[in-house]
Amino acid sequence: MTSSAMPPVSPVPEPQAAVDAAPGTGPVGTLLTERPPVPATTGPMIAIDGVSKWYGDFQVLTNCTTSVTKGEVVVVCGPSGSGKSTLIKCVNALEPFQKGQITVDGTKIADKKTNLPKLRSRVGMVFQHFELFPHLSITDNLSLAQRKVLGRSRDEAEAKGLALLERVGLKAHAHKFPGQLSGGQQQRVAIARALAMNPIVMLFDEPTSALDPEMVGEVLDVMVELAREGMTMMVVTHELGFAREVADTVVYMDQGGIVEAGTPAEVLGGPREARTRSFLSAVIG
Amino acid sequence: MNYNWNWGIFFEASPEGTGTYADMLLSGLMWTILTALCAWVVAFAVGSVVGVLRTLPSRAAQAVGNAYVELFRNIPLLVQMFLWYFVLPEVLPESWGTWLKQLPDAPFYTAVVCLGFFTASRVAEQVRAGIQALPRGQRMAGTALGLTTAQTYRYVLLPNAYRIILPPLTSEFLNNLKNTSVALTIGLLELTARARAMQEFSFQVFEAFTAATIIYIIINLLVVTVAGVIERRVAVPGR
Repeated sequence: MTSSAMPPVSPVPEPQAAVDAAPGTGPVGTLLTERPPVPATTGPMIAIDGVSKWYGDFQVLTNCTTSVTKGEVVVVCGPSGSGKSTLIKCVNALEPFQKGQITVDGTKIADKKTNLPKLRSRVGMVFQHFELFPHLSITDNLSLAQRKVLGRSRDEAEAKGLALLERVGLKAHAHKFPGQLSGGQQQRVAIARALAMNPIVMLFDEPTSALDPEMVGEVLDVMVELAREGMTMMVVTHELGFAREVADTVVYMDQGGIVEAGTPAEVLGGPREARTRSFLSAVIG
Repeated sequence: MNYNWNWGIFFEASPEGTGTYADMLLSGLMWTILTALCAWVVAFAVGSVVGVLRTLPSRAAQAVGNAYVELFRNIPLLVQMFLWYFVLPEVLPESWGTWLKQLPDAPFYTAVVCLGFFTASRVAEQVRAGIQALPRGQRMAGTALGLTTAQTYRYVLLPNAYRIILPPLTSEFLNNLKNTSVALTIGLLELTARARAMQEFSFQVFEAFTAATIIYIIINLLVVTVAGVIERRVAVPGR
């Protein structure tokens, strides 16, 4: 991890970082510059390099640089308006950016020649407001893109969707419509819909922010399980408990820039930056 | 008022020699319905395309859509009828103009095109409003799943937008049906034209227009009923 706003750090990972790591999740808490050299073919799954974005004259992202390696769970947190949602939407080009480059599995997304629909089909995305398609049954929500984008047969797509529904505990609701499910159930369907595309990485944009408090847990459980299985994840969230439990790296953003990044212990336990400290004390209370 | 009421007039032979006055009105009704349906096909297809154009990210597409809507909804329908029927054949190359003028049922084809394009501008506005009423995240969700822009419209945005705009679209269809009467000015023998002819032949003005009025109301109520059935059919459970 490097960030324009960060001071240089020691090239040796601290032992503490390794202790915090969940087993089997690869190198953890190391900064991009100090990560042991990896073969070129296994470069970062997502590399965000000096990304800046403006809405007219207003700069929403300032020289953001970070990366997500295969199997890594990166949690992006920060106050509202800090640009974290905008940044994650830049990763699959839902939002354009004017400067810098983002590479997903070796493909430059700002390259005009990149087939964006094809790239996006391999990047799962979960939205704050679920965004299930209200006119389609849960089964059809899960199979639409499988059939139209991946070219799977209806039977194959529905079987895959049903298997994933079972995984998120909603198999009995397959015939229902989104409006008949609770928020938490809808979000679990949305996660299953993204997983049905066999994504190489999952992006979560505040997946629990629109939920009633009693439904946050069921969604986080699914995400924790996903992380434990080794899914590469980039998660924008205020759920610091989730960050502590499963994140390999926590990135703190403020005013469109990345302020600091490190292991949960580093960033949440003993933040270097005053801005991070004041945010944490406000969130934790 | 010295008026000679005669409700039996409908069953008297019309001077056209092809049947009764009732037959005359029914043939007018047939043309009204045929014109309305054909014009609606044009209006719905063109209106959907133009409405979608106005919601695309491309500035050029938006400009084309805007130009279409402002052109066709800001000229009175009557003037548009005259433009299509009397002016267009004169400004086209001579052979085309002649072909147009000699077309059998030219008033019908002209009315379909004219009314279709006019109503399309209004349908386009409904479609645009429907698409823009959807949460921004719907487009994003479709896009994020790898659907192309066309697929996102086809499978996500339009099915939802049409459901939202079904009630105003019903009104638009009713307008479309009633507006066919304007085509009497270019010689289409639709219901209003036939009622007028009946009045001129028989002098039974009240009977003729009472019949026309009632027929219009019945047809439109039928449309409203069908629209209600469609609305219930396509309603999304849980909404």
